[in-house]
Amino acid sequence: MSGPPSSAPRKPGLALWLPLALFAAFLALVVWGLLRPDNREVASTFIGKPIPAFDLPPASADRPGLTRAQFVGGKPRLLNIFASWCGPCAVEAPQLAQLAAAGAEIDGVAIRDRKDDLARFLAANGNPFARIGQDDLSKVQIGIGSSGVPETFVVDARGVIRYQHIGAIMPDDVPMILGKLKEAGQ
Amino acid sequence: MSAIKAKHQRLVLLVIALAALIGAGLLAAWALSKQASYFYVPSDLVAHPPEQGRAVRLGGMVQRGSIKTMPDGVTITFVVGDGKATVPVRYAGITPDLFVEGSGVVAEGRMEGATFVADNLLAKHDEKYVPREMKDMTQAQAKAVVAETK
Amino acid sequence: MIAELGLAILWMAAALAVLQLVAGALALRPQGAGMVGVVRPVAVAQGVLVALSFAALITLFVTTDLSVKLVAENSHSAKPLIFKIAGTWGNHEGSMLLWVTIMSLAGGFVALVERRLPEKTLIATLAAQAFVSLGFYAFLLLASNPFARLPQPAPEGAGLNPLLQDIGLAFHPPTLYVGYVGLSIAFSFAVGALITRDVGPAFARAMRPWVLGAWIFLTVGITAGSYWAYYTLGWGGWWFWDPVENASLMPWLAATALLHSVSVLAARNALRAWTVMLGVIAFSMSMVGTFLVRSGILTSVHAFAVDPARGSFILALLAIYIGGALLLFALRAGTVTEGARFAFVSREAALVFNNVMLCGILGIVLVGTLYPLLTEAFGVKVSVGPPYFNPVSAIFAFPMLVVMAVGPLLRWKDDRGGRVAPVLAVPALLAVAVAGAAFASGVNTLPALGLGLGAGLALASLLPLRGRNLRRTPLPVWGMVVSHLGLAVAAMGMASESAFSIEKLAALTPGETRQVGPYALTLDRIDPVAGPNWTALQATVSARYAGGDAVVLTPQARVFANPPGTRTESALKTRWNGQLYVVLGEEGDDGRWQMRFWWKPFVPLIWLGGLLVGLGGLLALVGRVARDVKRLVAIDKITFRRERQGR
Repeated sequence: MSGPPSSAPRKPGLALWLPLALFAAFLALVVWGLLRPDNREVASTFIGKPIPAFDLPPASADRPGLTRAQFVGGKPRLLNIFASWCGPCAVEAPQLAQLAAAGAEIDGVAIRDRKDDLARFLAANGNPFARIGQDDLSKVQIGIGSSGVPETFVVDARGVIRYQHIGAIMPDDVPMILGKLKEAGQ
Repeated sequence: MSAIKAKHQRLVLLVIALAALIGAGLLAAWALSKQASYFYVPSDLVAHPPEQGRAVRLGGMVQRGSIKTMPDGVTITFVVGDGKATVPVRYAGITPDLFVEGSGVVAEGRMEGATFVADNLLAKHDEKYVPREMKDMTQAQAKAVVAETK
Repeated sequence: MIAELGLAILWMAAALAVLQLVAGALALRPQGAGMVGVVRPVAVAQGVLVALSFAALITLFVTTDLSVKLVAENSHSAKPLIFKIAGTWGNHEGSMLLWVTIMSLAGGFVALVERRLPEKTLIATLAAQAFVSLGFYAFLLLASNPFARLPQPAPEGAGLNPLLQDIGLAFHPPTLYVGYVGLSIAFSFAVGALITRDVGPAFARAMRPWVLGAWIFLTVGITAGSYWAYYTLGWGGWWFWDPVENASLMPWLAATALLHSVSVLAARNALRAWTVMLGVIAFSMSMVGTFLVRSGILTSVHAFAVDPARGSFILALLAIYIGGALLLFALRAGTVTEGARFAFVSREAALVFNNVMLCGILGIVLVGTLYPLLTEAFGVKVSVGPPYFNPVSAIFAFPMLVVMAVGPLLRWKDDRGGRVAPVLAVPALLAVAVAGAAFASGVNTLPALGLGLGAGLALASLLPLRGRNLRRTPLPVWGMVVSHLGLAVAAMGMASESAFSIEKLAALTPGETRQVGPYALTLDRIDPVAGPNWTALQATVSARYAGGDAVVLTPQARVFANPPGTRTESALKTRWNGQLYVVLGEEGDDGRWQMRFWWKPFVPLIWLGGLLVGLGGLLALVGRVARDVKRLVAIDKITFRRERQGR
């Protein structure tokens, strides 16, 4: 600002600061809004916790069922919650295949599915799964804090959940998921 | 009517503008306290029911086996729960694609008697979108569905 | 190659913006006369360069260069050409480049043609414009480079969002953008005038075409957006008070107020500080709106790519520009000398009243939009919807409609109410009669008042033409009349929609008929159909108006493959007296199909009114610009003659 105002501000002086004050209040509010924890995704409260005990029967004729014990020991694994009736699950199938090709071991949990529907789904979209458990009551899904399909969990060799991916895995997500798997193995 | 004295004009304008601004602010505050639609989970709704007819939103899990279609073919009833309490909901309209039993839902509507009458249902899981109110509910949902499937 | 060229040109343009700012700042110092000649050409060059850079991006999209990340993510080689072009701005990076392009082109244009402003004020304006542009250049170049390459070209593009494959939506955002960014010129004018303390009629006349132009685009953009939401969401509503909608409404409200206060300043040299503040606020609202939409800080029914990191960047820009301008205002506005005075009954007073009402509505909308965020800070979750916005904004809107009828008939400076009262008696009686009749037939208070005031204002808005030779009436007067009439028409459409709409929800087996208002609707059949990238279930519905011939409507439920998504295609049948709206739902367990029908009397008036408002703006703009051009030509002739005589 160049020099003091030539004539002293008259009565309106203070009122002229009002817009600035209101704007400062607005800024404070939205800065708080931006800094608050991420509000668009369900923050998983299950990360860092062991997966619960379960024993699911096989959902598909050519793959075994799924139990908690299979996650303990060995390598970190991906646990994919899916269903043949879920559109986005078909969309993420190529990415799951890509992950499997990159060496990830993937187990599936089919939610409230029918055997013949599932067989058709796997025939059409490929079957990257090592094991597929059938979860008719959404028990496993609920037990690990998943609120929908598809979701994918990174489970380390001690059976502890390390990462939760909500929604379909898109091509961009593949390197990130492989990274999380690697991280879980260290 | 004559023109206002020079030194007063600015002040008068300023006072009018300020009065309008403050008036608008008070009006907004009053109306918001009356009209903002609060978010309830079923246990809150049962413990502290809102006034009948007041617009509120209800979020929870659609209980399994609870969706029933009325004979008119367009009105459905279902039960929303959070593990501690349940609320019966009635909705007439076209349901969103991702509205299924066992999934989360946010219903906009009002209480009529003991029933929540919904004008609109929000249920979305694609594109990583979850109604914001659902974020604190994961565990409550979990309990609800586990309790209900036992 | 084109990508690298585009990026290089963009960097050069940013460098020119730095030069424009520095040269402008130097030129404003007492000893800076040497820099005065630099600013204008630099501003023009900057505008041209950015336009070239944007053209480079369009070229990349048209040729589907899949080695460019943005193209690979947002386009597809099999997409129709028009959607390839629209894809340029249908994403974050491209839309920001469009933003900067419009901003710099407008700045260059001001530098090229503006002759009325004192040179110093113009230079301060251009420097301010460069300063604002620089923030967005930084945003583009540092945080959202549109020309980034992929390490390896993608085999095929990831497609455009199916929701964006709609001709209305393809051109809707850029229309709003032109409006938002056009207001940046008003902002820069206001800042420039504050720097030189030179606020007067010349300033107002220089600013007015820009405000008018931006306002026309905003008006048309909001109208089109409302219609788009009406027919794509399939909810039968035309305005949802959603944050995305409010984000476009708030700049419009501020620009409307600005437009009217600029008129007062241009004609009467009054409302100086107020006009400057509105100039700052109008563009601030554009930036706030963009921020609220892009940062994802508020959830919205409209799908929009959100990114909190980018939100922080925009927020920083907001803090610098809005905060800086308001600080400058607080320091300087008290020293802007006082304008001319006017009486309580005068055209100025009416305009001031409506300015205050518009700002009141603006405040109501802003507070309502931010309120959920505010309560969440205290741990309470709320949402704010029509039960708040409708009545509370009506409290301000209805007095405004009344004063709108009176204001244009009043004289400047000083008038008597008794002079205009006889003229206004007829519209006033009409308003009372219509509102009374509506009320008596059971219409709710707000729509009944809306119908009455709309009818009264429609008649009153024509009164400024009485006693005039219509051929010689200046275009700006026509513009005012048409815009005010448009608002009255829109108000009647809104009130009619709310008062008389009939909604029917039914589950039908093919062959069944339902009566909805005057229409008998028969569901003939349901067929699967397919489009280029979607499949759909399509209902064939025969609609007979009052027993007349059948019209066939085909609402669809579409499923898109790449990327996946679903969309409801509602079917509309428009008549002079209303619109039929049909939506197809799901199949029930018993083989019946859910259908939703609306008969909405006179609902098209809403958008017709909106277009009239915009058309009025266009008439006024053409009138003003024609007059300016004439003046410029005359000045040039005089200078030319003088130069010749001097030799």
